[in-house]
Amino acid sequence: MTLFLLSIMVFLGGQVLPGNVGRAILGPFADQRAVDALNHTLGVDRPLLTQYATWIWNFIRGDMGTSYIFRSPVAPFVIDALGNSMKLAAVAFVLVVPIGILGGVIAALNLNRPLDRIISLGGLSVTVLPEFVTGIILILIFGVWLRWLPISAAWPKDAGFFTQLYYLILPSLPLFLVLFGYIARMARSGMVEALDSDYTRTAVLKGLPWRTVIWRHVLRNALLPTITVIATQTGYLIGGLVVIETLFRYQGIGSLIFTAARGKDFPMLESGILTIGIVYAVATLIADFLYSVLNPRIRLGSDQ
Amino acid sequence: MSAVPTTSPPQDDTRRRSPLAEVLFSLLRSRTFLVGLFIVLFWVACALFGEHFAPYDPLADDIINALAPPSAEHWFGTDQIGRDVFSRVIVGSRDILTVAPLATLLATVAGTALGLLTGYFRGIVDDVVSRILEAFMAIPVVIVALLAIVALGTSKATVIVVIGLSFAPIIARTVRSAVLAERELDYVAAAQLRHESALHTMFVEILPNVIPPILVETTVRLGYAIFAVATLSFMGFGIQPPSPDWGLSISSNYGMIGGGFWWTVLFDALAIASLVIGVNLVADGVHGALND
Repeated sequence: MTLFLLSIMVFLGGQVLPGNVGRAILGPFADQRAVDALNHTLGVDRPLLTQYATWIWNFIRGDMGTSYIFRSPVAPFVIDALGNSMKLAAVAFVLVVPIGILGGVIAALNLNRPLDRIISLGGLSVTVLPEFVTGIILILIFGVWLRWLPISAAWPKDAGFFTQLYYLILPSLPLFLVLFGYIARMARSGMVEALDSDYTRTAVLKGLPWRTVIWRHVLRNALLPTITVIATQTGYLIGGLVVIETLFRYQGIGSLIFTAARGKDFPMLESGILTIGIVYAVATLIADFLYSVLNPRIRLGSDQ
Repeated sequence: MSAVPTTSPPQDDTRRRSPLAEVLFSLLRSRTFLVGLFIVLFWVACALFGEHFAPYDPLADDIINALAPPSAEHWFGTDQIGRDVFSRVIVGSRDILTVAPLATLLATVAGTALGLLTGYFRGIVDDVVSRILEAFMAIPVVIVALLAIVALGTSKATVIVVIGLSFAPIIARTVRSAVLAERELDYVAAAQLRHESALHTMFVEILPNVIPPILVETTVRLGYAIFAVATLSFMGFGIQPPSPDWGLSISSNYGMIGGGFWWTVLFDALAIASLVIGVNLVADGVHGALND
């Protein structure tokens, strides 16, 4: 449903609103016949519904159209960019999920003590800041003043895994900071609720060691809502990637969309956004699946 | 926006002022709220009267003194065409503090109307509208904004409409769940028995009783609206030159930070950071005061 709506929005936004595509590409002084010919080659003079059907059908077959700017197929650009973005997102996720959960758990175990205050308030503050703001401040600290990390994410050609990782640390930090607050907060409130529950008290009164109570009873229940939050953050993460990749001049899907939007390269823009929509839908599906695996009370396909 | 409407019936003398007074009292005792309010009021004052106490004209260039580091004459240094960064930071609060609140207002009005409709009618109206809203919420705001702005062109009005409409579903969801609880109460049944119109029941009977959650959601959204406006301006899709807007200034200067010209971006970044945190502290305070 979301994908369908997104595809329609993208289609309308990208193909109908710019008006005369041929005119837009060739400029205001081009010959009318040349404009008509180009419009015909691009297929934009056909009825809307036909255009939409062709576009979706081609997309499904892997043909994303031809870039207005590069005059070559869009697909390789999108696939390359998606790969780069996934590297960046992966670094951010691998850092933030364990640290965020750990932060939330530590905060909950120290409820209302100074450590909890620091984690909660600190998490809240960094979560609400726009990524480019934290990004700029981090670049200034680590890239310009301390000179520990490169300020651009464009690594040299043939860079190995660790060099790439080294270049990705700084760009992933702003994403890390925004996500950290959300994940830590969810983990904390889940923990607080679980620690306060009857089954925890039963386990404690049963004489189980504290460690076992935390691992077997509290954590398992506490982290379920956190997983949902992590999944819903994929959507956010993609928005964040657009900003971060622009700031760090990284060739990812976000900067691809940004450049396409600036250059009014609609086939590129549409394919990029639709690809993101698909990634998002897949991430949501995986989250639902994980949730049902971890929570025996919810099973896929059962009627209540 | 500043006054919280009294929600209790006027004839009940002992409770007439107490809910409002209680909320105000707990707000004034909340340290986070006061700190946040102070920060926000500071920037509002800068937005309103900035040019009167800014030492220089924020738009006046002075090429000879371009990229001067912070000094006694230019506290925050000058940018690449010699404009005074300190003055620009002060006056730069104006556009974001116009666009973000207007977008939030639009989101609140549209979201409240949608929430009342879906919560009150339920059934098929609710199903259809809620599904569409859910689908909308799944799409990142930045992407929606990018598409709309590419298609419609950049202007403050576009930014307001885009952010307003992207946030409306979120407010609608909050209002809807509040309305779902309210509509089971006796006063709604009484209104229906009096044959009041659906519109009257929704807007005159139910609306005053769901103001607190709307207020909380609105202040929270204001924080996100500032986030979004700043981000869009940074991307070049929001506030346009020659405005001394913070996001815009950062986007035109960050290319040079490799050369060590940190003062051209740091103060704008800190200004955005302080405003966003200030609004969120206020939101946190309002949330605490209305939920105790």
